[in-house]
Amino acid sequence: MAITPRRRRQLIRGLLYIVAATILVGAIASADWERIQRSFFQPDVVRRMLPEVLSLAARNTLIYTAGSFTIGLVLALVLALMKLSEIGPYRWFAIGYIELFRGLPALITILFFGFGLPIAFGGLRLPGGTLGTGSVALGVVAAAYMAETIRAGIQAVPRGQAEAARSLGMSGPRAMGSIVLPQAFRIIIPPLTNEFVLLIKDTSLLFVLGTTPMTRELTNFARSFMTTTQNATPLTVAAVVYLIITLPLTYLVRRLERRTARAR
Amino acid sequence: MTAVIEIRDLHKYFGPLEVLKGIDFQVDEREVVCVIGPSGSGKSTLLRCVNRLEEPTSGTILIEGEDITDEDADVDALRTKIGMVFQQFNLFPHLTVLNNLTIAQTKVLGRTKEEAEQVAREMLDRVGVLEKVHEYPIRLSGGQQQRVAIARALCMNPDMMLFDEPTSSLDPELVGEVLNVMRDLASDGMTMLVVTHEMTFAEEVADRVVFMDEGVVVEEGPPAQVLTQPRTERARRFLRMVLEK
Repeated sequence: MAITPRRRRQLIRGLLYIVAATILVGAIASADWERIQRSFFQPDVVRRMLPEVLSLAARNTLIYTAGSFTIGLVLALVLALMKLSEIGPYRWFAIGYIELFRGLPALITILFFGFGLPIAFGGLRLPGGTLGTGSVALGVVAAAYMAETIRAGIQAVPRGQAEAARSLGMSGPRAMGSIVLPQAFRIIIPPLTNEFVLLIKDTSLLFVLGTTPMTRELTNFARSFMTTTQNATPLTVAAVVYLIITLPLTYLVRRLERRTARAR
Repeated sequence: MTAVIEIRDLHKYFGPLEVLKGIDFQVDEREVVCVIGPSGSGKSTLLRCVNRLEEPTSGTILIEGEDITDEDADVDALRTKIGMVFQQFNLFPHLTVLNNLTIAQTKVLGRTKEEAEQVAREMLDRVGVLEKVHEYPIRLSGGQQQRVAIARALCMNPDMMLFDEPTSSLDPELVGEVLNVMRDLASDGMTMLVVTHEMTFAEEVADRVVFMDEGVVVEEGPPAQVLTQPRTERARRFLRMVLEK
């Protein structure tokens, strides 16, 4: 007797559950739990990392992120306005900048600011030491991405808004500042928050600057602990701290996106 | 009577397309002029040229004797004399009704916040939406939004008002409240240039009706004449179609 389509769907579904369960049970049974626990979840290593993992490493990660986000946002706003400018050279510069820094690995830019500039210009260093250099390097990269986001936001504001503002006698810059930009930023809050999360993770690249103990961020901090303890637990700790910072933010982005979707 | 708006030989091209092919006419003080015509006839473009939201290709437009198309004209200052009402209302959605009405008063005219708010309330009362003063535009009906938009323009104490199909995006039952506000404005002596499809309004309120088609003024005169006994075949055909619907 032929199998009905419904029966067939049930069989396939049951089979998929069995496969999943087998893999899970097999993995649990064959794993060396004692060893995993020793390597990744060593309580005394966790204790040795506290409180500095929070008071120093997480703090530095947030300083790098906030610094580069601020620098990036200001630069990005200027670039976005340049890209929308009627004056050719401004537009071309913005396009060149955006394509350059989106096309390069962030690591190259970081090395350029950290080592390229000092080598080329006889020890020229950016103010603020490693914290300053790292923030500027990441900010310069982030600006390229955020400029496109801001430009899209500006263009998403209906043309009638600027026209209404101009018809009331506002100058072009004033209409942009008081009417268009506030609406554009509302539109781009979700993608900008996303950019912020990406920056948090990108601060881990700053380990190449050879940061001193005081300027270490999470990844670098974990890495040095891993070397001294010959144990992988610091990675777990860093991962957990990263997630504590990023998960609420990604959740926030999802909520904001749903809200803007509803508003339309 | 003196001309408040005087348009001379106005041409406008969009790329190779000539949408205005030499327009000449004027609006006198306290006069209400309605511009009618089929869509694509260039009436909205004409209106948008008057406050230079659209850049005329050639020709001159005098606002109270001052040429707004002149390179040296202070366009922003001239625009404060010209109130404009849009088909899509174009209220600022991120501001409350009150702030929609005060932002240009404080930032352009330099009025104090108190002065601006007093004027705003006065104008909202005049258009009958004072109770919505602290709402955001999204919470208002289309008719209320358009009345707020009219109040916003009035806050600048304009000498003239331009209306670009002010009732075309409204639900039919909301058209009346906006037309009533415009009727009151007209009887208060406001100089008005109105692009509209509301023939009854034109007939009742306009001092003069201008019929445009394919970028030229085909016919103009008192509403009784243009709307009921048009001289040209084009105007007759248009009116027949409009009145049949």
